[in-house]
This record gives sequence, structure tokens and C-alpha cells, in this order.
Amino acid sequence: MHELGLCRSLVDQACRVAERHGATRIRRIRLRVGPLSGVEPALMQTAFPLAGRHTAAEGARLEMIPCSIRVHCPACGRESTAHANDLGCPHCGEWCTRLVAGDELLLESVGLATDTPAPDVQEAPHV
Amino acid sequence: MCDTCGCALPDHRHAPERDARSIEVLEGLKTHNDRLAHHNRTHFDAAGVLVVNLMSSPGAGKTRLLEATIEALGGRHRLAVIEGDLETENDARRIRAKGIPAVQITTGSACHLDAAMVHEALPALPLEALDLLFIENVGNLVCPASFDLGQHANVTLLSTPEGDDKPLKYPVMFRASDLVLVTKSDLLEVLDDFAVDAVAAHVRRLACPAPVLEVSARAGRLDGWLHWLEARLEERRRPRFHPVPSTGDGHLLSRPRGLA
Repeated sequence: MHELGLCRSLVDQACRVAERHGATRIRRIRLRVGPLSGVEPALMQTAFPLAGRHTAAEGARLEMIPCSIRVHCPACGRESTAHANDLGCPHCGEWCTRLVAGDELLLESVGLATDTPAPDVQEAPHV
Repeated sequence: MCDTCGCALPDHRHAPERDARSIEVLEGLKTHNDRLAHHNRTHFDAAGVLVVNLMSSPGAGKTRLLEATIEALGGRHRLAVIEGDLETENDARRIRAKGIPAVQITTGSACHLDAAMVHEALPALPLEALDLLFIENVGNLVCPASFDLGQHANVTLLSTPEGDDKPLKYPVMFRASDLVLVTKSDLLEVLDDFAVDAVAAHVRRLACPAPVLEVSARAGRLDGWLHWLEARLEERRRPRFHPVPSTGDGHLLSRPRGLA
């Protein structure tokens, strides 16, 4: 149940990006969430509108990209997908694998809105 | 209800989507916490204190284990404890009753300690005068695993009444462990459905090499745990290489000729 706190830091980070790029509204925030990150995507989705209220991220869309778990086996040298509670090598059975992906919790990108309405073709003809 | 974000505000409407610019960020969500945890670790390393983070579900026996550990090690090492709980000062009081400095962090409704809370607690402790600092995290098998505090080792307690399949149910927590302690092992004789070997096998399934040790604070069976702590303390006392900061006066032997 720490998703609200994480959403708050997500909103802070995204708002800083918006500020750096001179944007006042954020349309979309894209996040990569691994099954071993300790974060529940459904709870993030619930907490996000609360964390974003009265900020540049109010009304923004939170897109969460699920990532699969991948492990590298030092014994047979192969990389494979694995399950959260079974990280052994499916090829040779070695238990002591190295996690390559699946624990990420990463702000991938922020979609910023243009503050001024997009120039109408007739009003601002391309020269 | 707003059709775009689904919020319940009656007058909430969105301008038509005009996603002008997508800015790539690629930054972890816990960057702020990780930075503070690194800062805490720098404090701990400068003071030469070993910091162990204890995690478990509520009631697994963290405070009881600490009381027994203080009794066993208090004479030989200088100890202190940071206690994390949602409410009450009870645990810190129990530790202080053993003559050991303890700081209580009450988190209110927060389900875990984070690096900032630990950092705020540090001025209340004589870090320079300590060998070993325990952080007793909030009783919870989910959230504490996701937040680095600056500790040197994570120890997860699993009490025998909880069942031996907990590592498979809470993989994030157990995978982050450097040591798993099966507590209340004096109850094993009456619990016919708990196998310590099964706990070890489940921890291995998480590709985690943490040793799994049995302890019972009540029966005074703490040998493996105490040895583990002594070994970690010994490891920290061993002199390590620290690069000499450059003085800028050109007398360092390693500086190649011609560059001085």
C-alpha cells in the first residue's frame, strides 16, 4: 500500500520534466513496471488521479507497460523468461540465476501538451 | 464523471488530446529514496557501524529477537536500535529497558520505513560510538522490501506458525534477503506441517543465496544468528582500500612523470 506515495513522487518527477520544457499540462505518463518491483499496477492506477490533483499532471493518463521477468543463467549461459516465484533456469535447472529484467519501476516518458493551441493551417500557413 | 481520467469530479473535462511532445525520461521512481539511502550509508560507513535491517510480518518476533541478541552481544559490542511502528513507543521502551539506545519512528499509517525517516532518526543516535545498529522495520512482508534505507544487510524473519511457503507468496521480500531466520523454532516439535528445509528450498527458487537459519529467542537458540552477526562485524573491521584524496601538491607516487 505504498502506491500513493510512489504516485506522488511520480507526479513530482513528471512535473519537473514539464517545467524544464516549459509546459503547464501533462497529457500522459508512461511507466515501466516489473512484477518484482513490489508495485501493484491496479493500485497505482487508483492512486494516480489522487496524487495528480492540483498539479500539472491533473487529468493525465497513466500508461503502465508491463515487463516480463528475465533471468540469465551463469551455468548454461542462456537467458529466459521466468515467474516471480520461480527464478531458476528452465533449461538446465540451475537455481542461482541473475535477474536481468523484471524489477524495474521506471518513468519512461512524459507526454506534454502544448500550451498554446496548435496553429491552424489557415491562420499560420507554412512558408 | 470525467470520461478521460475516470475521476469523480462533476465538472472535470479534458481538452481534446493534443499530445504534442513526448519527453523520454528513463528515471527510476525511487530515485529520491535511493539517493537518501546512499547518503545514510555514507554516514554509517564513515562512523564504521554495521547496519542490519530486520523485516518480517507483524508478530514474527523481531523485538524479542533483538532483546535476546542484546543480552548475548551487549557486553561485547556497542549496539543501538531504530524501531519502526505505525503507533506506540512500546518496542523502543523494551529495547531501552535492556540499556541500549533506541529511537522510535512512528509512521502513522505508512506501512514501511523509508530512507528519509531513518535519516531524521540518526541525530538521536551516537553513530560514532556504535558497532552495530539494528533497524526494526514495520511489520509487513510487502512494502519494506521496496525501500532501501542505507542498511548493509537485510534479514527477514519467518516464524514457524506462519507456514513454510511464505517465500513463494512474498517473493519480493524474500529475494531481497541476505539472511532468513526461521524464528520460534521451539514450536517445530508441535507444528508437523513446517519444514525448515522447505523454507530453504523456496528461498533457492527465488535465486536467492541467503542462508536459512533456525532460531528461538525463548529457548536461547541463537548460535547461528550470532555467528552470522560476528562474521559481518569482523568483515567490516578488516581494513579496506581507501583511495587517498589528491592533495594537489604533486607529491603522489602514483602520478606519472610529466603530469605534476
